[in-house]
This record gives sequence, structure tokens and C-alpha cells, in this order.
Amino acid sequence: MVAQFLVLAAVLFCIGVYGVLARRNGVLVLMSVELMLNAVNINLITFSAYLRETSGQVFALFVITIAAAEVGVGLAIVLLIYRNISSPDLDQLDQMSG
Amino acid sequence: MMNFAWLIPAIPVVSFALILFFGKKMPRQGSEIGIAAIASSFVLSCIVAVQWIQRVDETVSEHGLGIVRAIGKGLLANPEQGVAITPVINTVEWFRIGTLEVAVGTQIDGLAVMMLFVVTLISLLVHIYSTSYMHGDVRYTYFYAALSLFTASMLTLVVAPNTLQLLLGWELVGLCSFMLIGHWWEEKENTNAALKAFLTTRTGDIGLMIGVIVTFFAAGQTFDIVQINVLALEGHGGHTIWMVGASCLLVGIIGKSGQFPLHTWLPDAMAGPTPVSALIHAATMVVAGVYLGARMYGVFWQGFSIEDGGVNPMALVGGITILIGAALAFVQDDIKKVLAYSTISQLGYMVMALGIGAWVGAVFHLFTHAFFKALLFLGAGSIAHSGSHHSFDMKKDMGGLRKHMPVTFWTFMVGSFALAGIFPLAGFWSKDEILATAGQGGYEIFMVVGLVGAFLTAAYMTRCVWLSFFGEYRGHADPHESPKPIIIPLIVLAVFSVLAGLANASAFGIEKFKEYIEPHGEAFPEVLTPQFDVALAALSFAIVVIAIGIGGFFWVDRRELRALKGLTDRSGAAKAGHSFLMNKYYLDHLYERGIVAGIKGPIARAAYWLNQNVIDGVVNAAGRGSAALGRLTYRFVDQDVVDKAVNSIAQETGNVGGLLRYVQSGRVQRYALMLFGAVGVLALSLVIFS
Amino acid sequence: MIAQNVVFWILAVAMVLAAIGVVRSNNLVHAALYLVVVLAGSAAQFILLAAEFVAWVQVLIYIGAVIILFLFGIMLTRAPMREDLSLDNDQRLAGAVVALFLLGVLSTLLIQAFGDSKIDITGPQGSELVNNGRAGTLAESIFSTYVLPFELVSILLLASLIGAVVLARRD
Repeated sequence: MVAQFLVLAAVLFCIGVYGVLARRNGVLVLMSVELMLNAVNINLITFSAYLRETSGQVFALFVITIAAAEVGVGLAIVLLIYRNISSPDLDQLDQMSG
Repeated sequence: MMNFAWLIPAIPVVSFALILFFGKKMPRQGSEIGIAAIASSFVLSCIVAVQWIQRVDETVSEHGLGIVRAIGKGLLANPEQGVAITPVINTVEWFRIGTLEVAVGTQIDGLAVMMLFVVTLISLLVHIYSTSYMHGDVRYTYFYAALSLFTASMLTLVVAPNTLQLLLGWELVGLCSFMLIGHWWEEKENTNAALKAFLTTRTGDIGLMIGVIVTFFAAGQTFDIVQINVLALEGHGGHTIWMVGASCLLVGIIGKSGQFPLHTWLPDAMAGPTPVSALIHAATMVVAGVYLGARMYGVFWQGFSIEDGGVNPMALVGGITILIGAALAFVQDDIKKVLAYSTISQLGYMVMALGIGAWVGAVFHLFTHAFFKALLFLGAGSIAHSGSHHSFDMKKDMGGLRKHMPVTFWTFMVGSFALAGIFPLAGFWSKDEILATAGQGGYEIFMVVGLVGAFLTAAYMTRCVWLSFFGEYRGHADPHESPKPIIIPLIVLAVFSVLAGLANASAFGIEKFKEYIEPHGEAFPEVLTPQFDVALAALSFAIVVIAIGIGGFFWVDRRELRALKGLTDRSGAAKAGHSFLMNKYYLDHLYERGIVAGIKGPIARAAYWLNQNVIDGVVNAAGRGSAALGRLTYRFVDQDVVDKAVNSIAQETGNVGGLLRYVQSGRVQRYALMLFGAVGVLALSLVIFS
Repeated sequence: MIAQNVVFWILAVAMVLAAIGVVRSNNLVHAALYLVVVLAGSAAQFILLAAEFVAWVQVLIYIGAVIILFLFGIMLTRAPMREDLSLDNDQRLAGAVVALFLLGVLSTLLIQAFGDSKIDITGPQGSELVNNGRAGTLAESIFSTYVLPFELVSILLLASLIGAVVLARRD
């Protein structure tokens, strides 16, 4: 019962990881990050129910807030990248290549 | 007041912040904040010094010096009978790890008081001097902010009661010197010099850090300096660990105090503004190393068995540095570089003095050297400011400045004589103290080294003074005397250069350093108190006079010495020697071409080879399966085939190989890929192995 | 219990499929809409776990605000809408391998650790659970135990607001 929620969260998390790794477009990468954060929230809520603690839910609220902030700044960065290289593709940002 | 000594470093920190935020808006662009802050720190330092002297006097008059020492050593049967002169330590908790409490605070004793006085005084004079010297500079405000922070870091280091705070101050000093040496960073050369100074001293810092860790464990998990010294002298935990600790700390000293073979950064650091050079060479930065040696003397005493005489690493490093620094000073045309090598050589004296057990001599020399070296640097700056049109080249742009800049000339002469060790100026007394201890403490060979060093010092200073102030003016500027803010610090420093030596003029029976600066207690070894040796003093004085004579003869009377002058052109051996010195013993070449290239080149090439051959090979093998095994050796040899094969393999397979191939792709998602992969592997290994 | 399980599995399958849609879709707007499905699904899961308030916040903030932000981002970067142009980079396979590997490790661990654990939603414990999810209970917790983190988060929000403006400003 607990495990199924946790595994669902793990699946979502790993799909998010795949998205972060394999997506070229900056906006899509951010969406994948949201998937991962959402997986974390599911975990928090599950443990909150399992342990009968409100803290988990409070933390989920914090995560949601911070995710909103993260999207705001993240999209601003993508916008900046787009303005600088006229493309939202992250794999063109290889100026630090060694 | 000694309980409020934390104010002394705190005031410059505040002034740093104030200058940074409000400096530009002030009528004098922030310099007044810096000067006011340092001046108040200086006043507080003086008060602390007076109180320390009173404290010592009171204790001694109550119990007598002999008893105080006996109690300090724990030799007296009933310790309640009196009080030893212990340092005044005030700390607050900084942080706590488990049961280990790390504190910050102040430790006021003779050594700290002396350093506080020197640092704040020199820094104050440099601040005043810079109002004129740096006038109109693009980053004038920033310069003052950095000066404040520099002073504050050094003061933090000086009052440190534990090795962690010492390390903090030490690193901050390094950072500030980087900022100040690279003050005019528009020129690549200056940036390089700053980087070189930073990286070279960092190399030594590794030694210091390891030393701090070693002493931490050797002393039963404490950073407390007093306790470390006490336990070191007891030989707690065996001699070997203290030897390791002392060796590591010595590496730190070598890096910071410009000792052989890490001295190469110091002359390059001349790229910074001259007041900064004065500050670095006299009161902060480089003396931090010597101060560390004096502060943790118990560790060195035990670790290097200094009592036994003979040769030990510390004395050896110092001795070598004296000679090479002095020799290099001969071939420099840049007046600041002459002074820089002279500093290296003088720091060699101090480190050697510590190595041979002349603690008082080392600290005393640090004290006197601070005044005359600051004086010489500021004098050189005064020449550049008003005499040679911002050039430091003695041969091209100076000469004959004696008539144009009388005050600078006379103060520079005082500084030179003090450095050379002319009786009764400051340098004579401190040098004599070191030499006498060397002679009487079983380190005769280092006494000879010291005498040779004294000879060389006198000779190159004669050359330097002659080239700058005598003869015909060779520059193209309109030389004139410098303005008051430059002149006044010179005069103050000249007075100190004359009189500072009298603080411990053993010939006259004045031994204030012995009385007030030298610690009395179980945290300090029983160092030898040398008897004033008239013969030795006379000998060293004679050597100095002869050296000046020879130097004068050689450089002054050029016409009659043409035969000798052309020696480097005609004699092969002399030429080789000259170019050996000109190239600074080829040490820079060794570092740059040998070590840097030696590490960078092969590793880069090896990595490239690995990339081109091994990893591509693995990719191919995966793509073609086991059938490719036979062809693999062939592909190793032939680059074209490898490339073609790589192209022909399915893109996806290439991506798997790309896991390793593009380790340095610069693409953030590749790094993320490796990160997540590594996290997975780590998690898996945790599951398996736990 | 069975009803809860049935709902869970329906939602879970929908969420996973939609999540795959987010990372595989070749259309940015579609990806954003798939994300809405995932987020709404997890809001429903929160309700299953009796976290009522968090579920509403999830709907309001995530679906309401964040997705709108994403759509703005998509519009402002004028991304290509054509299906033929791949939105993926060249490490698809490697990414998949790493993700699957992580999934394997994670789910083995989770099932090992929590395979038998149950959440009791009947009886008095169930009503405690429901009470825990109410806005009032959460508010008490936030404004007593977590008041400092709460203030910090508000400062963080302000900072990121200013940061986003500074970053995105044209000058």
C-alpha cells in the first residue's frame, strides 16, 4: 500500500531524470524537473499519511512554492539563453567544452 | 583593555565594509575612513602594549624574574605561591563539532603585542603615504578597502589563540595580497604576478594545513596553540609526529615567507603598487610565516631537536635563502627587485634564527627589519613618484637624485645602513643577536653563513644607493622632493630604524625583548640567552664596512675598474655565473617548463590518447560485438579506420560510448547524465555492501 | 480499500503514460498539456492520501500558475511547432539507461523497505488522517513550528521574482 505510492513516485522521478538528460529544449528540461519535484511531493505526502505527521504536508507545500520560484527563474534563464544564441536548445551551450 | 583586544582587528574590518559601501561618496574617497580606523587600531595597540609591560613588571616585581620563570616551567613545588606571566586569552565559541569546541578570540602576549604594534604602525604610515602616492588612481577607494582588509587579516592572524583562526588569517592575508599585487590588473603582467604569488603561497599553504591537522592530532585533538606548544615540548606522543608536524608547518613558512625554493613569487609581487610592497614585505604577508614559526615554537623546538645543535631543515632553508637572496640582489636593475631579494635574504635570517634557537633574535630582527624595509620601499616609491617618472629602473632613470631629493636620500641612507647592519642602527643589534646565538648555541656554520650574508647585504645596498642617488641623473623627468604625506612616513620610519635596535641592545645591557616579548612558561622552551660578544660584533661590523668599501670601489669608481667591469663579457665563467644569477638560478624555468608543462603535457596527452584509442576502441567493440576483437588491435594503430568505424556505428551505440567520451563536453546535460549515473551506482553499492 | 486501490491504479497508469508523453512528445504545447495531466493526477493521489489542502494547492499553483508560466515560456522562445524536428538531444539512449538503472535501484529499495507497510484509513486513525490534511491543522503547523522556514520561503520568492525580472529584462 505504501510501496505502491512510493514506486509510482520513483517511476515519475526516473521519467523526469530521462527528460532532463535527453531533452534538448530548455523549457522541456524545466518541465522534466517539475516531474521530479512532483515525485518528491508524492513521497512526502505518502510518508505524511503513513507516519501520521503533518510535517510531510508542510514540506510538500514548501516544495510547491519553491518549484514555482524555480520555474520563474529557470524560464528567465531560458529566455536569456534564447536571446543570446537565438535558440532554446541547451546542447548548443558548449562554450565550456574542454 | 587587553580583554578588548578584539577591537584591534575588528576596527579595520568595519572600515573595510564602510569604505566599500560609502567610500566613493566621502570627500576623500574613503581614505579618511581607512586612516582613522588604522590610527585607532594603532592607539589601541599601544595601550595594550603598555598594559602588557605593566603586567610583566608587576608580576616580576612581586615574585622576581627567576621565580616567575620557575613557576612557568612548573619547577616550583608550590605553584600557588605566585603567578606565571601567562598570555591574556579571551575567546568566544565559534562552532562546535561533537565535543570539540572551536573558539575565536584574542591571545595577548609579548609576541602578539610586538606584532600588533608593528603591523598597525607600518600600516598607518602606508595609509598616509598612499594618499599622495595613489592620488588619482582609478581604484583609489578600492585600494583603501583592500588595505584595510589586509591589515585586519594580519591582525586576526597575530592575535589568534588557535591554529584554525591562524589559518583563517593566513588565507585572508594571501587573498588580500593577491588583490593588491594585481591592483593594476589591466596589464597582463600584473595579473600574472598576482596569480603567481597566490598559487605559490597556496602550495606552501597545503603544508600549513597538513601541519595544523597533524598538530591537532598530536596534541590530543586541540587547536589551542598554547596547549599544542606545551604538549610538543613534553614530547607527547613521541618525537616523530612532532617532526612531521614541524616539517609541514615549515613548508607553510617556506611558501609564505619566500624561502628557498618557493621564493620566486616575491620579486614578481613588485608588480603591485609600492606602498603595498612595503606593507607586504615589512609588516604583513611575508612575516606571517616567521610569526608562525615564532608562535608555534614549541613544535619546531621538539620536531627539529633545535637544542642539539648541528644542522636542521629550518636552519638550512634559512641559511640557503640568505645566500641566494643576497646573490640575486646584485644583478637586479629594478630598485624594487633589489629590495625584494633583500627581503628574501633577511627573511632567511629570521627563519635561520628560529632554526638555530635564536627565538629572540628572530623576533627582534622581524621587528627592526619591518621598519627599515618599509622605509626602503617607501623611499623607492618616493623616487618613482617624484624622481624617475614612475620607473624603478636604477640604471636608466635614476642617479644623482641626492641633490634633488634630500629627505628621501637621507632616509634611504638610514634605511640602507640599518639593513647593512651599521652600528648603532637597528639592523646591527638584531643581526648580532642572531649571530651570537648561532655562535654560542652550537651552530657555528650558520654563524658563518650569517656573516657572509651580512657582507653581501652591505655590498648590494651600496650598489643600490650608488646607482640611485649618486652620479649623474640619467632619467628624463624633472626630479623634485616628494610631498609631505610621503616625506613624513619616511622620517618616522627613519627614526624607528635608528632607535628600534636599542630595544634589545645587549651591549648596553638593555634586553627589553628578553624581558617582555619572550614568553615565560611551560609553553616555551628554554632558549639560549647569548652573551654579547664584542669580538663577533666587531667582526661583523668590520665585514660590513669592508663590503661597503668594496662595493663602493667596484661601482663608484667605474673608470678605474673597466678591466673588471667587462669581466662578464670576456670571461666565460663569469658570464655563466652572471647569467645564472640573471635567470634566478633557472628556478622559474624549472617550475614553468619542468613542473607545469611536465604535469600538464603528459596528463593531457595521456588523456587524449585514452580518449582517442581506448574509449573509441571500447565503443567499437560494443558496436561490432565480439567479431571486432580481431580488428581492434589494427584500429588502435590506424586513426582513420577508428574514425570511420566510429562514424559507421549506430548513433545510439556512440551515445553509450559518449558516456565517457565527452567527459569534458561543456554541455550541462552530459554532466547531469554522469551525475545521475554515479548516484545510481553509489546507491547500488550502498545497497549491496550494507 | 479496494476502491482506493482501483482508483490508485487507474490514476497511476494515466500519470505514467502522461509523464512519458511529457518527455517523448515532439510538440512543446502537447508536452505542457501532458504535464497538466500528471500534476492533476498527483493532486488526485493526494486526495487518496487524505491530503486535501495540499491537493488544492497543487491544482491552484501547479496547474494554475506554473503551467501558464510554461506556456508563456514556450511562446516567448518561439519554439518550432513542427513535428519533424526532434526536441531530443543525442543522449537519448544513455539517458534512458541511466533512468532505468536508477528506477531499478530505487524501486528494489523501496519495495524491500516498505513492501508490507499499510496506511490505515478506517476507524479513528482514518479520521486523524483526514484531520491532518485539513487547512487548519496545516496552518497551525506552518505558523508555529515552521514559521521561520515559511518566512524564509517568502523572502526566497521575492528574491526569485526580482531575479527573474533582472534576468529577463531587455537592456
